[in-house]
Amino acid sequence: MSTEHALETRDLSLWYGDFQALYDVSVAIKKGIITSLIGPSGCGKTTLLRCFNRINERYGNVTTTGTINVLGKNIYDEDVSLFELRKSVGMVFQRPNPLPISIYENVVFGLKTHSNGGPLKRAALDDAVEKALREVFLWDDVKDRLKRKATTLQLEQQQKLCIARLLPLKPLVILMDEPCSALDAEGTEAIEQLMAVLRGSYTILIVTHNMAQARRASDECIYMLLGRIIEHGPTLDIFLRPRHKETENYVEGRYG
Amino acid sequence: MPKKLDDELNGLKRKVVAMSDLAQSMFQTAMRALIDRDESLIAKVQEMEEQVDLYQVEIDEAVVSLMAVFGPVALDLRFALMVARINTELERIGDQSMNMCENVRLLLSEPELKKLVDLPRMADVAATMVRDSLSAFESGATDVARNVIRADNTVDALYDQIFRELLTYMMSDPKTTARSLALILTAGSLERIADHATNIAEEVIYMVKGEDVRHQEL
Repeated sequence: MSTEHALETRDLSLWYGDFQALYDVSVAIKKGIITSLIGPSGCGKTTLLRCFNRINERYGNVTTTGTINVLGKNIYDEDVSLFELRKSVGMVFQRPNPLPISIYENVVFGLKTHSNGGPLKRAALDDAVEKALREVFLWDDVKDRLKRKATTLQLEQQQKLCIARLLPLKPLVILMDEPCSALDAEGTEAIEQLMAVLRGSYTILIVTHNMAQARRASDECIYMLLGRIIEHGPTLDIFLRPRHKETENYVEGRYG
Repeated sequence: MPKKLDDELNGLKRKVVAMSDLAQSMFQTAMRALIDRDESLIAKVQEMEEQVDLYQVEIDEAVVSLMAVFGPVALDLRFALMVARINTELERIGDQSMNMCENVRLLLSEPELKKLVDLPRMADVAATMVRDSLSAFESGATDVARNVIRADNTVDALYDQIFRELLTYMMSDPKTTARSLALILTAGSLERIADHATNIAEEVIYMVKGEDVRHQEL
């Protein structure tokens, strides 16, 4: 298993009941860069994204064949703890979903959950909160109201908070499922800037319907159609000289 | 949106083809003026030059607005970029035709120096190159474009031949210098026109395949 790849699948197929959503997907996603999953609705982008932290299993009636490796480790191996997997593979959803508790508690929630029962020092928690909120450029906006409910924040700030609360757990991969679709242009720009800063330290895989976003925000793109990967390459190649007619039609807006 | 974009792209394509018909007819008419010793044809070339200039401005505007409104990518992007370049090549072909007219005017004011053999051949090859490069643009046939690039060698060889022959005229009789030079410059314009056709062919290959074939042997 190559170490330059954070995420890798081989012959991955997935069924929801008897509906097959993924067909023999073999893909290798490089470490430390931003990769976009693009393709028309229902092509399997979100399904593939959800495979990497086994969150698909929550939906029941899901069958998977093939292998999925995260940082060289098969995530279906017996010794893999789902708890640890989700700690190292964080996820950001379409609609910001902070817990209806304070901003502060949102950020430390993960830490407390993963502390194995041992008590955490207040000062350590304070430090973690500040560090995480600074990393997502939210600290200056909220430092005086950390006790306020997170749900009172603007959507863009909520989404930043959802990213911030992953960081104390030191994830290696961040999965993002259309993280900007609920945000306006300004909010989208803020999240994209944040992604650019996180790039390098984290491997980011993002599902997006926004072609312009895929173009400006990602290093590589994967084009999917009907549960299969059609093309995977540097973003410039996908948008300047795609190798497949299907990719060309899609990025040109002639399909999907 | 794609429907509207497709309409724009097709409209742009038609304009480029119409402009190329004009540019082609310009240098062929200039050649005809020389061969038939008919000065009246020069005025026709001038009229076409004005139309070519109008097309140049119109096509550039259309490309800029297409880029601004649709933000094209992939083949559409390569098409828009190459149309802007082909537009310039065609306008230069028009300019070279006007240069030819200047020299034809001088040649017609004096007795015929010699029977023209290689120069009309050169003009024919250049005309075929321009025509084929544009047909490759229309159809996307890159093999046709590659043949255009190869044909440029024939034009270069003819130019050397014409140059050497006229040099011997000038050396043996200095009174032929002005006419010999005018013929050499006319051949030089045809050589440049063939270069523009070659550029168009290279631009078509980039447009169709995304592959840059400039400055390399085919």
